[in-house]
Amino acid sequence: MESLRIPILKIGDVLIASIQVALHDASAVQFKDDLLQRIYETKARGLIVDLTAVDVVDSFIGRLISDIASMAGLMGTKVVITGLQPAVAITLVELGLELPQVLTALNLEKGLAMLRRQVGESSDGAG
Amino acid sequence: MGQGKVAAIRSDLDIVIARTLARDTAKTLGFGAIDQARIATAVSELARNIFLYAGTGSVTVREVERPGRKGIEIVCEDQGPGIADISVVMQDGYSTSRGMGMGLPGAKRLMDEFDIKSKEGFGTTIMCRKWRT
Repeated sequence: MESLRIPILKIGDVLIASIQVALHDASAVQFKDDLLQRIYETKARGLIVDLTAVDVVDSFIGRLISDIASMAGLMGTKVVITGLQPAVAITLVELGLELPQVLTALNLEKGLAMLRRQVGESSDGAG
Repeated sequence: MGQGKVAAIRSDLDIVIARTLARDTAKTLGFGAIDQARIATAVSELARNIFLYAGTGSVTVREVERPGRKGIEIVCEDQGPGIADISVVMQDGYSTSRGMGMGLPGAKRLMDEFDIKSKEGFGTTIMCRKWRT
């Protein structure tokens, strides 16, 4: 069966992907691969994964989000996860997945502002 | 009580179907949004364990009643390899595969009651319940 593809949008040097469907495992892995490929192709400096419409994050998806942040980080791209629903945040912590290495923001707007600060600082630092 | 509804687990798509069935049932039974998420997440973990370790199995979701209380009961059954030492798999961080080792202990924390029966070579049955508050 062909897996669902999540659209990945580019605005300036930031990629934005919003998950709007229930991801099964294969489509989630496809999503991770697509994101890393798009980062490579576009040389994006930031990535936002928006989870506003996601009502279940289990340990598999939690692990995948953590992996995406680490892998994109290795490529030099900052990742911010936005829009976690209260029920998802509560469930993740109770499950034992606090994702300490993952940057998060309340919503897309705040996430974009956070990325701009992060990316701006690093480019200043690099001269 | 009733027979409940059954979701067969044969692929990763069925994990999504099973947790959607559990969430819809929880919603019908009057559970709030946070408990719906807890129940759906627990079922997602348990259904994935069936898929990863046994290949196939089933998830049954039904209403349960006790004097003065209503709740949801989830029974996950497979005829897979079984679990040699249940105390080991219930430890946080224990994993033999792609997970984070949060599956079983995590699912237990999300539910009110949790019981595993397993026999090596014959399979595993996990029963868990959550009561409406």
